[in-house]
Amino acid sequence: MTHIEKPRVHHPALEQNELGLTRRDYEGRMSTLCAGCGHDSVTAAIIETFWKLSVPPHRVAKLSGIGCSAKTPTYFVKEAHGFNAVHGRMPSLVTGGNAANRDLVYIGISGDGDSLSIGLGQLCHAIRRNVDMLYVLENNGVYGLTKGQFSASADVGSVAKTGEVNRQRPIDPVLLALSLGASFVARGFSGDKAQLVPILEAGLRHRGLALVDVISPCVTFNDHEGSTKSYRYTREHEVEAVEADFVPLRRELTAEYEAGDVREVAMHDGSVVRFRKVPAHYDPTDRDAAYAYVRGRQEAGEVPTGLLHLDPTGQDMHRALGTVETPLVDLPFEALCPGRDKLAEILAAFR
Amino acid sequence: MSGVNDLALKIATVNGTGSASANGLLMQSIFRMGIPVTGKNVFPSNIQGLPTWYEIRVSGEGWTARSPEYDLVVAMNPATYARDIAEVQPGGWVLHDSSWPLARELRREDVTFLGVPLARMGSEHFHGSRTLILMKNVGYVGALAALLEVDRDVVRSLLEERFGEKKRALLDANFKAFDLGFEFAREHFEPPLPIRLSPMDATRDSVLIDGNTAAAIGCLYAGATVASWYPITPSTSLVQAFEAYANRYRKDPETGKLRVAVIQAEDELAAAGMAIGAGWMGARSFTSTSGAGISLMSEFIGLAYYTEIPVVFFDIQRVGPSTGMPTRTQQGDILMVAYASHGDTKHIALFPADPKECFELAVAAFDLAERFQTPVFVVSDLDIGMNDWVVPRFEWDDGYRPDRGKVLTAGELEAGAVFHRYEDVDGDGIPWRTLPGVHPRGAFFTRGSGHDRYARYTEDAGPYTDVVDRLTRKHATAAAHVPAPVVARRPGASLGLVTIGGCDAACREAVHHLAERGVPLDYMRIRAFPFGDEVGAFLLEHPTNFIVEQNRDAQLHHLLLVETAVTRDRLASVRRYGGLPLSAVHVVDDVLGLLRESGGNGHGAAVAGAGSAAGTASGARGPNGGGGGGRAGGPGGEARRGRGAGPSRSAGRDDGGGS
Repeated sequence: MTHIEKPRVHHPALEQNELGLTRRDYEGRMSTLCAGCGHDSVTAAIIETFWKLSVPPHRVAKLSGIGCSAKTPTYFVKEAHGFNAVHGRMPSLVTGGNAANRDLVYIGISGDGDSLSIGLGQLCHAIRRNVDMLYVLENNGVYGLTKGQFSASADVGSVAKTGEVNRQRPIDPVLLALSLGASFVARGFSGDKAQLVPILEAGLRHRGLALVDVISPCVTFNDHEGSTKSYRYTREHEVEAVEADFVPLRRELTAEYEAGDVREVAMHDGSVVRFRKVPAHYDPTDRDAAYAYVRGRQEAGEVPTGLLHLDPTGQDMHRALGTVETPLVDLPFEALCPGRDKLAEILAAFR
Repeated sequence: MSGVNDLALKIATVNGTGSASANGLLMQSIFRMGIPVTGKNVFPSNIQGLPTWYEIRVSGEGWTARSPEYDLVVAMNPATYARDIAEVQPGGWVLHDSSWPLARELRREDVTFLGVPLARMGSEHFHGSRTLILMKNVGYVGALAALLEVDRDVVRSLLEERFGEKKRALLDANFKAFDLGFEFAREHFEPPLPIRLSPMDATRDSVLIDGNTAAAIGCLYAGATVASWYPITPSTSLVQAFEAYANRYRKDPETGKLRVAVIQAEDELAAAGMAIGAGWMGARSFTSTSGAGISLMSEFIGLAYYTEIPVVFFDIQRVGPSTGMPTRTQQGDILMVAYASHGDTKHIALFPADPKECFELAVAAFDLAERFQTPVFVVSDLDIGMNDWVVPRFEWDDGYRPDRGKVLTAGELEAGAVFHRYEDVDGDGIPWRTLPGVHPRGAFFTRGSGHDRYARYTEDAGPYTDVVDRLTRKHATAAAHVPAPVVARRPGASLGLVTIGGCDAACREAVHHLAERGVPLDYMRIRAFPFGDEVGAFLLEHPTNFIVEQNRDAQLHHLLLVETAVTRDRLASVRRYGGLPLSAVHVVDDVLGLLRESGGNGHGAAVAGAGSAAGTASGARGPNGGGGGGRAGGPGGEARRGRGAGPSRSAGRDDGGGS
């Protein structure tokens, strides 16, 4: 038995979204990850996000590479097409898929091994192209499936379960993305769903690549004393730098805030991200300021979380490629083949 | 042997000096005169300053293979004078710049030296070092035009087309430089030479085009919408040509936006991933690379094979292994593309012989990829891809529609079509597929990990083998649908000669000459893998088949042994792999050599086996080593492996170039 079907039970009282679908309709197969795995909490937040935004399940394309994180697309939105690819290469598949069909909603799930070691180049270039996708990096500082080796995001001084101490400097995906000019950079914690869901909502609606680094503790190999990616360490050191609410297009905002506390940033489709409790002098649309802030908090031993940077004017890959609005897969052959007469014209240049 | 409309030239210059443009002008002029002509650019992997050669072969009979028997050498690069002058056939001519005296030791008694003071004439008429160098090139074209009777009006009209009124000053300078060379030669050398041109009407229905451009046109016509690539010689010009055509013929007339996405990737891995991602979505997608790129793409190739995603890979082969010789040609990727990637993988590969087939097989590749839901390789090489060939005009049937294969539509899914992604419902090994975003009932999980016929993850032996065994059946089904071999039988022939790809021109010419010398051979050119039944049948018809290819390890030979019922005793190997396009003379020599060794005369007698001495070094020398008469090495050098290189019998000596 190598996969587990989840029984489909529908309760008539389950809450429905605009499509008349319940959260259950956005679930997938039963998770085969370890009990208490942070990734399962991220999966739950993803299910909540797709449900809240009423995304038609079959219009979702969910992709992953290799590793524990790569298993998770199986656990959400079962009516989406999924693609579990090769290690570290999920971004290129999304890039090609998005080039061919720009109308689908793309979510890529990766991990710190998949994205920061073997797939670092593909992550960087997907950011550079600003491929329209939500890129969730489930970050636990460790290789789980191969039983506990340090990953490139492990902090200096972090202790492995075997007692080994990491001496190499980590690659921080948030700082990396900021330095590369990513148009949406956020960090969440799998243990804080209330914070994560609005970030994922905004990321899904963002046009361009939305990188969401989620500290997602590995209960089996990296949740012990001495680990800097454990539940306890993250809870003790996490500082919510900026709180963000995502307000979808045409939806009334119900919460009320003190004037001056709120900063609104409009998305390309008219949706709004509301930043609350923004520290003094912090402007989430200012990339350099965001970088300096995150760096400063890290020096102070904190793990700043929240939607740290947003550039809603970012032009996605299709803008740079100059492609038509119609998905390329929907173009009829007649619109693609120049035909016999034009061939004569082309060949006239070779006389 | 040479004479009117039958000659071979070699032009030696320095790269980055504009000589390619001048040489192209000469070649195109001959083409416009209606005479079959072939040009081979032998260039360095360098931007500027290294030796480069351009070979032009004129053949009124229409033979298009390279000829290393140079009647005339244009020696414009002092750094290579010695080897260039050494390569002229006895009785031939050397055209050189006589602005400075030619060293005494370079002189040969058996050739005629034609000195044209190109640099001196240039400095008298032009200013600026760049202009001087450019005009020197056009100057030798002028001198050659006088010597060979190239139609002056044709050259003038080509220059006008090239520069037009917009670049009047440049046009005038070119005319002037051409005339300087032309007049000097006419006054000093009593042209024409015995080797000369005479107008024909043999190229009216032909085009002069390179294979990469032709393949790009094929991709355009097949309806490819996503191209991802990483620059690598000699494949780069394929996607660049595609992009140029797409910018012209795929532009939405209203918005000016493109009905295509051409993405320059960060490396070949990403290029493969993007093409596969697009193929998964239902687009016709491709990537273009060379052998080194295929090595990097191999993991992704296995993914596309196992997940059954249509995608087209162009492999424009160059000399390996490793970086090898990036600007030289070889057929060293045959085995790699047949089985690329780890685990049990087998692919469909198409082998065009010339630019026209690059166009046709590019279209076929997309149809096969979608029909069989699998990667398809179009295996070309540097010689086909980057050199200009005279080939018949391409044809296009406006009734063509892409074969999208077995794709369930939203309507069929809505109507309740039963869909299991990897189930063989039709008995041909080809399952039905759905495209993302079309219908909730079409959803499934594509994965490179073990899966069963329902596309579910599995680690169980039965469901796993169920899928991979069906993949074997699918590959076998493809054998009857790929392009059939081209077979030409000759009366009285009992032996066969078999080749692949760009060796076709040299082999057809060799078979013609061998027949004249009393050795009639049946001929087969393989165009695709998996091999159709005709391939094995041909081999079994003949007690000996000479397998001609351009790689050291006899890769086609080995593939035939593994994938057909033929036995070793029926195959003899002829290989040239030093990096230059194959010549008929090499094939003739090697076939006759093998026949002599065997004591047979070619009429029914099998070639005696030289034994199987796989991997031994006997008779083998370095690619440019050995050779006779001091002519070894250099660009004309062509390696030939000694006998006992793996296949049962093989051609047996090295030689230098031009001999």
